[in-house]
Amino acid sequence: MSKELIRLSKCSMAFDGEYVLKDIDLYFKDKEFLTLLGPSGCGKTTTLRIIGGFLKPISGDVYFDGVRINDVPPHKRAVNTIFQKYALFPHLNVFENIAFGLKLQRQNGKKISKTEISERVLEMLDIVSLKGFEKRDVTLLSGGQQQRVAIARALVNRPKVLLLDEPLGALDMRLRKDMQNELKRIQQATGITFIYVTHDQEEALAMSDTIVVMENGEIQQIGTPEDIYNEPKNAFVADFIGESNILDGIMHQDGVVEIFGRKFSCLDGGFAKLEPVDVVIRPEDIDIVDSSAGMLRGTVTSITFRGVLYDIIVDFHGFKWLIQTTELYPVGADIGINIDPDGIHIMKKSSFSGMFGDYSSFSDEYENISDAEFEFEPMEDVERTEDRG
Amino acid sequence: MKPNYFSIPYVGWMALFVVTPIVMVFVFALTTPTGEFTLRNFSDMGLFLPVFIRSFRLAFLATVVCIVLGYPVAYLLARETTRVQRILFMLIMLPLWMNFLLRTYAWMSILENTGLLNQLLSFLSLPTVRIINTETAVVIGMVYNFLPFMILPIYSVIVKIDKNLIEAAHDLGANTFSVFRKLIAPLSIPGILSGVTMVFVPAVSAFVITQLLGGGMVFLLGDLIEMQFLGTAHNPNVGSAISIVMMLIVIVFVIVMNKFGSGEEKAVGL
Repeated sequence: MSKELIRLSKCSMAFDGEYVLKDIDLYFKDKEFLTLLGPSGCGKTTTLRIIGGFLKPISGDVYFDGVRINDVPPHKRAVNTIFQKYALFPHLNVFENIAFGLKLQRQNGKKISKTEISERVLEMLDIVSLKGFEKRDVTLLSGGQQQRVAIARALVNRPKVLLLDEPLGALDMRLRKDMQNELKRIQQATGITFIYVTHDQEEALAMSDTIVVMENGEIQQIGTPEDIYNEPKNAFVADFIGESNILDGIMHQDGVVEIFGRKFSCLDGGFAKLEPVDVVIRPEDIDIVDSSAGMLRGTVTSITFRGVLYDIIVDFHGFKWLIQTTELYPVGADIGINIDPDGIHIMKKSSFSGMFGDYSSFSDEYENISDAEFEFEPMEDVERTEDRG
Repeated sequence: MKPNYFSIPYVGWMALFVVTPIVMVFVFALTTPTGEFTLRNFSDMGLFLPVFIRSFRLAFLATVVCIVLGYPVAYLLARETTRVQRILFMLIMLPLWMNFLLRTYAWMSILENTGLLNQLLSFLSLPTVRIINTETAVVIGMVYNFLPFMILPIYSVIVKIDKNLIEAAHDLGANTFSVFRKLIAPLSIPGILSGVTMVFVPAVSAFVITQLLGGGMVFLLGDLIEMQFLGTAHNPNVGSAISIVMMLIVIVFVIVMNKFGSGEEKAVGL
């Protein structure tokens, strides 16, 4: 993790007068795995396309290694992209697809020799575990294999930066996990800066050195996965990354916050006296105790079994909390809860305050999530192991 | 398969007006004017070799000109916005809405020795040209009439090329020219092939164009066949044999084209 490689300075972008990026300031360090994370329409893909050279920001500057590159076309940038739908060339076989960029390269006005091209392509095929596939027709490969050809095709050019636009979006769950590990491994092995765009927070947490959370064309938070999860800056980040109960609180003094009329101790400070704040409590940070012993008392209203644990919804004064527990409490049970000071995170009020955090509609939300996964057509991926030998 | 009663009128029509004439052509070709079986109609075919060669040469020429003119049009058309595309399409199709004879007569008055073209040339004090009644005039007529059939298939293939592929090629270091040479050109081959078929086949058998613009000086297969049936030579048996030979050559040509093209078709997902 060393010097700065790319910088976006006050970059804005608009389509038909509608702003999709607003004065973005962002820099990317050499050799890092950075993820642009956010829901669809947040501006993450636009940011990526500006770096790739496919879009010109309407204002602001893009620097690469200190040089302004606003007007440099994509084919002259030391950046390669992996597209969401792979975009493999259907008229070329696996070898020719990967060699495409190399055949166009000139070193001191000279083409790269055939033997070098062949060596580098074969080496790349080895890295992406597609040895022996060079003569294959790309249109007949499975989704995962096509994805790996796309990765090889980009990496073989030895770019300084690899841009990845939701590259695992079309793969099924298991293959996604495999490819996440694979991508991380390749990134560490090659030392190439990866700029990764996704809307999948788990993917972002698992792979990144740095996460940039975006929404409404603005950067909401930049930090390590741990920072983003543990110390979300505002209600949007808290809600988007993992499950969160987000409540209104009042800060009494450093380390003391009032929720539902009760004072809780916490670890945060630096707020004005009696400043209204947003309080984030992660469902796994809540301990369930006897109803008489708890700091707050509530009633269980619904239970969802999720394998390792139960998601239970508990009603406290009309506000529904999500709590994760390994023990089963029946619907209607009165329970008490305790929260350790390090489980309470205080955030400044923001434009997102009050929009998230109440689980009244949890079951709806839960259905939406599972529906969304159904809509997602996982690409068939039959790994034909016998072909590998 | 379920019998489809709706197809009966069509099958009937085909049997009556397509299959019957073909059978008749075969019968004519294999008989003498008095009705006896013979193969002479075919063995004498060598006489007409120059006409065959000229027909295929001019049809080939017209096809090449159509590719050279049509490809850039199709390429540029595919890059326009939908609105512009619609307008340009209408302009390309517009001549087809006019009667074929009328269009060709119009070309006559353009290409005549005292026609529009030469009037324009002499107005600009340039030497006039003699085009009418030459092979050039016939090729111009063919190109004019068949050009839309080259543009449309090429256009429809190019417009279907995934924009992501073009971006990917740029991303991998290809400038606009390389993108064209390494991506768009190879992917548009199926369109060119079907355009070639659609231009070459009617061009080979063209005959009205040759009479109006070639003035009888450019004698092609179509004229030869017509002459055998309606003209002075009057020998429907020989005319049928010529038709069959021409048809076979065209069929072989189309089969070869399709063989050639089948490898490319999956490439654009047709």
